[in-house]
Amino acid sequence: MRRFVSLRDFDWLLLGLVLLICALGTVEIYSTTVTSRLADTHMHLKQIEWIVAGLMVMFMVSLINYQVLLDNVYWAYGASVAALVAVLAVGQRYLGAKRWIRVPGVGHFQPSEWVKLVLIIAVAKYFADLAREELTWPEIIKAGAIVLIPMALVLKQPDLGTALTYLPALLAGLLLAGISWKQATVIVVLGAALVVPVWHWGLKPYQKARLTSFMNPEEDARGSGYQVQQSLIAVGSGGLWGKGVKAGTQTQGQFLPIPYTDFIFAAWSEEHGFVGALVMLLLYFLVLMRLIQNAQTAHDRGGAFLIMGVVAVITFQILVNVGMVVGWMPVTGIPLPLMSYGGSSVLFTFLALGMVMNVRMRRFVN
Amino acid sequence: MASDNENGNNGVQREEKVASSKLAFFQYFVLALMLALSFRLWRLQIVGSEKYAQLALENRIREVPVLAPRGKILEREGRVIVDNYPSFSALLLREDNGERLSAADYQKYADALHISIEQIKQRIRGSATQGTPVVVKDEVSFDELSYIESHRDQLPMLEVMSVSRRLYPKNGFAAHLIGYVGQVSEAMLDQPQYELYQPGAVVGQSGLEQWYNDVLMGEDGSRRVLVNSTGKEVGKLNNVPAVPGHPLKTTIDLDIQKAAEEALEGRNGAIIAMDPRTGNILAMVSRPAFDPNAFAVRISRQDWNKLVTDEAHPLLNKAIQAQLAPGSVFKIIMSVAGTEEGIAQNLHVNCSGGGVFYGRYFKCWVTAEHRTHGAVDLSKGIFQSCDVFFYTLAERLGISKIAKWAHLFGLGHKTGIDLANEASGVMPSEEWKLRNFRQKWFAGETISVGIGQGAVATTPIQLLRAVAGVSSDGVLRRPRLVDPAELPEEMRQRYIDKADATGVPEEVKIPIDQQSWMTITDAMAGVVTPGVGTAPSAHLQGIDFAGKTGSAQILSNALKAKLGGGKKLRDNGWFVGVAPRRDPEIAVVTLLEQGEHGYLAARAASQVIRAYVDKRRLAEHNAVKTARGVAAEKPIEAAGIWGADAKGQGAGGSLNGGSWKILPGVRDGAAALMLTPAYADSLRHEQEAH
Repeated sequence: MRRFVSLRDFDWLLLGLVLLICALGTVEIYSTTVTSRLADTHMHLKQIEWIVAGLMVMFMVSLINYQVLLDNVYWAYGASVAALVAVLAVGQRYLGAKRWIRVPGVGHFQPSEWVKLVLIIAVAKYFADLAREELTWPEIIKAGAIVLIPMALVLKQPDLGTALTYLPALLAGLLLAGISWKQATVIVVLGAALVVPVWHWGLKPYQKARLTSFMNPEEDARGSGYQVQQSLIAVGSGGLWGKGVKAGTQTQGQFLPIPYTDFIFAAWSEEHGFVGALVMLLLYFLVLMRLIQNAQTAHDRGGAFLIMGVVAVITFQILVNVGMVVGWMPVTGIPLPLMSYGGSSVLFTFLALGMVMNVRMRRFVN
Repeated sequence: MASDNENGNNGVQREEKVASSKLAFFQYFVLALMLALSFRLWRLQIVGSEKYAQLALENRIREVPVLAPRGKILEREGRVIVDNYPSFSALLLREDNGERLSAADYQKYADALHISIEQIKQRIRGSATQGTPVVVKDEVSFDELSYIESHRDQLPMLEVMSVSRRLYPKNGFAAHLIGYVGQVSEAMLDQPQYELYQPGAVVGQSGLEQWYNDVLMGEDGSRRVLVNSTGKEVGKLNNVPAVPGHPLKTTIDLDIQKAAEEALEGRNGAIIAMDPRTGNILAMVSRPAFDPNAFAVRISRQDWNKLVTDEAHPLLNKAIQAQLAPGSVFKIIMSVAGTEEGIAQNLHVNCSGGGVFYGRYFKCWVTAEHRTHGAVDLSKGIFQSCDVFFYTLAERLGISKIAKWAHLFGLGHKTGIDLANEASGVMPSEEWKLRNFRQKWFAGETISVGIGQGAVATTPIQLLRAVAGVSSDGVLRRPRLVDPAELPEEMRQRYIDKADATGVPEEVKIPIDQQSWMTITDAMAGVVTPGVGTAPSAHLQGIDFAGKTGSAQILSNALKAKLGGGKKLRDNGWFVGVAPRRDPEIAVVTLLEQGEHGYLAARAASQVIRAYVDKRRLAEHNAVKTARGVAAEKPIEAAGIWGADAKGQGAGGSLNGGSWKILPGVRDGAAALMLTPAYADSLRHEQEAH
């Protein structure tokens, strides 16, 4: 009873919303770099290239049946863990962290970004295969192990920000797979108990400073609180309508750190004001709503889990990135999906969206 | 390809889908998140918008101070006494960037300025407030200046500020009168009169510079530029121009000042010349002097210590701060007291070289010359300065009446001159002794007071005002260095109030019996008449000149003999002279420390009076010539105080007198010299040599 898979079933509305966010993001990248010493690198053009490349991989991914992805995730998972171990063993050290491995003929490769995608699939596969309504403790521990092993390897690099992005897919999976209140409470309590030793022995002083300085940025406005303080000034001084494209003083005067990646939302809010920031949040809201709607119409549990894993990761990234920009979250170096400049981030997001399209296109498959 | 999995996917166990209530939970979660972020954005961008706009502005504006030049100090005819010269200071800006300077950065700045990193850090530590620019080097050379200008990119935190510095006359010319400037100290900022000044502001610390600081000091401006986060200038904003200070026109006459400086050459002491009709000070010299140029940049600790520990007290303005026994000059006040009390006119004594008063023998100075005065009346008492006459008069008057008249003529009180830290001197009386020593007055003390010894202590300015007051028929003016009419209008009243706040009225009129006045003033003329008075060598041919000598003992003669009579123990010589003898145009006081005798002081004073009279005669002569249509002779213009050779300035020159050549034709001596870089350089080298 299978129906033909057609591009008519592609989510054109979702794609439109996504491309609109990408376009506005590219405009902001242009605005923040064209007057700076980065002007010669034409970052906005490079971003467009990444977006085009992202669209292509998205279409390609949407053509491969997601069931194939789910069924073959064991290989991918094994390869991911191997790659992460390789990074620790032979990785390139840059700015004090080992995050890249050199692949001859390809260039520098950062496996931790792709592991994120593999984990979404792995978690979806694991939970989809569980039949019962309720989770047992062994199942929870197994699911946790799937995520925590690669997470520990990434933490070792160290790359706290990326490591944290592995958690939302697991949490969303647990929730959807039917974790009980009791189990959730135990996990939360255990997690909280784990914070103390990790804080004491697991984190380096600079990491601690980064995690706490956002709470009182003005207290140490010239030290680790500098970035947060400058971000708050950028956002706040934007006012209702903003200062205009290429007119944000915080952005153009280079007071705002890396305004084309991590702090792009601050740059956007400065130049486009409260109105612009709300429009952007609304676009993200619509994208997320549309994704969840696709999960509802998914043909099976596997598809729904896959989509919700993507939703969880994207939501988490928005929360952490915008939260950081408005001073609610520590500075973790997590880019804003679709807006921030960078090939890894763009390709990951489009790959994830490709999987969503994939599930949607096969929703009537019976 | 989907068909591969079709059957497997439709297995019995996997029929169920994810419950839509769980998906709805996610939708609500996302909605809540978006609302929370929107609320936060509203707080930041709408509620906090103004606060953050201000912070954004402060982020990118760098203010570089533009210092206002101080006003010049001019003498009565408009000739420049104190000028400025341009100089550059290097500022390290600290306000705009979170990134602290690295050791390599410090090295870059230190290399550009040819100083050590430690010197930079020391200046930063020494600066009063955090975040404000710090001067890391004064007197930046032209080479350094051009290096900084051409390496702005590498030295973003370094700014160069143009500073106009004080250029004072050389060899300590009029140093005490002018005073000096320096950075306002923390202690000064706590005082109400300085509360409006910024830390680091350069203010007058003594002399005219201090008293008239508000007039001389302008308002600093600022240059505001837009910078990016690395401190690089990306645009300009409005500048607030500096408002230069007002020039200060003083009552000093450069020619008289020069004569006074030369008259005191090689001696320690003080000379003041005043116009008793107005109280205008024409000249004021104190010796030894200091070089105010040493303060113009930044005085070294070593130099400062040398100045404050010098036994001759070069920083003391002896004209208003030395408190010494007036000696025989006091006899003029005694004479007025005696005649007004109806005693002195009819007093005739016989001077046999001394007399017994209250059971003790008091000698007359004349015994030193192995003679006696014989029969003495008031007139002879004055021009021969007979001690026995005034011992007798003092005995008759009693201390209360002496003190009353001395106080009336302002002895033991400040004169209210427009200079800070004037001393008040001491005029003893019964109450004074009771109050200060809790002791009764001994009648014998009155005898010493009668000849200006004992506890009497006056300042030169006080004695000048008193004696000039007697010569001016009892009219005492408050001495002043600046006529308030010459002050900028908006400040005039404030300075009139400030002068009144000294408690001394601008004019005091003490009625004096005319017959006595004639007697006393004629006797004073006798003092400088050859064959008559005590200072015949001070005689000025053809000039109506009068005065009174004094030589005040520091120790009793007996004690002095015991100690061997070294130079330090010599008497102080005094002289107060006036011309003409009645209602004088000029009055001069001379104090020669260790001057041995008053006639030497009288000679110095006569030099000043001669300079005054010569100048007046030349002016009148010219006026007559011009009236006749003959070209007038060029008036003398003084550029000499600046010195033709700048090397003589500062440490190289003698600070205890020198010669100030009159160079005709150059009006602004300083202006002619200050513009040459070589001159500014030579000044700087002298600073460094310290």
